Amino acid sequence: METVWMVSGMALVTFSIRYLLLPLSSRIHFSPIVQRALGYVPPAVLAAIIVPAALLPDGGEIQLTWRNPYLMGALLTAAIGWRFRNMLVTILGGMAGFAVWQWVLRAGWI
Amino acid sequence: MSTRSRRLEFLNGARDTLPLVIGAVPFGIIFGTLAEGAGLSAWGAMGMSLFVFAGSSQFIAVGLIGAGTVWPMIVLTTFVVNFRHLLYTATLLPYLARLPRRWQVVLAFGLTDETFAVSVGRWGRWDESAFKHWYQFGSMLLMYVNWNVCTLVGIAAGRLLRGIGGWGLDFAMVAAFIGIVIPFLKDRPHYCAVLVAGGVALVFNGLPHKLGLIVASVLGIAAGVAAEALMNSLSSGDGVKGD
Repeated sequence: METVWMVSGMALVTFSIRYLLLPLSSRIHFSPIVQRALGYVPPAVLAAIIVPAALLPDGGEIQLTWRNPYLMGALLTAAIGWRFRNMLVTILGGMAGFAVWQWVLRAGWI
Repeated sequence: MSTRSRRLEFLNGARDTLPLVIGAVPFGIIFGTLAEGAGLSAWGAMGMSLFVFAGSSQFIAVGLIGAGTVWPMIVLTTFVVNFRHLLYTATLLPYLARLPRRWQVVLAFGLTDETFAVSVGRWGRWDESAFKHWYQFGSMLLMYVNWNVCTLVGIAAGRLLRGIGGWGLDFAMVAAFIGIVIPFLKDRPHYCAVLVAGGVALVFNGLPHKLGLIVASVLGIAAGVAAEALMNSLSSGDGVKGD
């Protein structure tokens, strides 16, 4: 039962965000500061997800070490993204780098 | 003639979305795979992909469920994480406002990061096609079908391969988000927003119900706006010269 509430609630808020401006467009006017703030929403939210996922992979202490494959994978992904500016290359390259690094660590080569 | 133009727009929209669809494949499969292990039923996972259709918030929901979070908190987090989509609707408003209501409902439902990224270019092109909404529809339908098929495959894989969560496949989400963030880093205020949001999220990671995510997002946005205002006031003179 709780699952039904959760999925319904998620569906409702997500659709509302994506839709409500359309019927209200003639009545809503964004102030310039709100317009500017909206532009920072996607990178801020995504950064707030990425950084803990890379530095606190098990939710415990900060793992600022090359033995943390999530951190190394994130740095590699960012470097590839920077260089190639191509979403698919970035994602696949980052995942491959992460997989290789995790494998190397588990195999105990270093 | 117009039937042909519609079909052409539809197919072009789907074709241009293909690279992003390929990127979404591991995403969808991993979402389905992790769901049951975290305590979300197969129906719950499928329902999310069918009715919510927002990959990042679905991933975060699975993480929150795994941590035993109450459902209203998950809905609130979904609101914060998906609020970025308001920017997409606001950007497409001049084009979508002209369409009939049923088209607005359909296209708004499918306004994912990927479909926005592809169709904003088509809407902005200076040709007189009256069927650009079919282009966006082609993009969203391919994303939607792919996302749901991948979720289903993931649920099946999760049952076959117990403990797949330990393979570190969850890194796909981190990689995808980094790929989405990088194009945003076009000036100093955006760097500022990202650094503050990331740093605050790290410091407040221990707050219950992932509240740290919400606090970090809000402070990151505020930092970006403040940095932009500061840069504008510096560059506009006000008696400030050089560094």
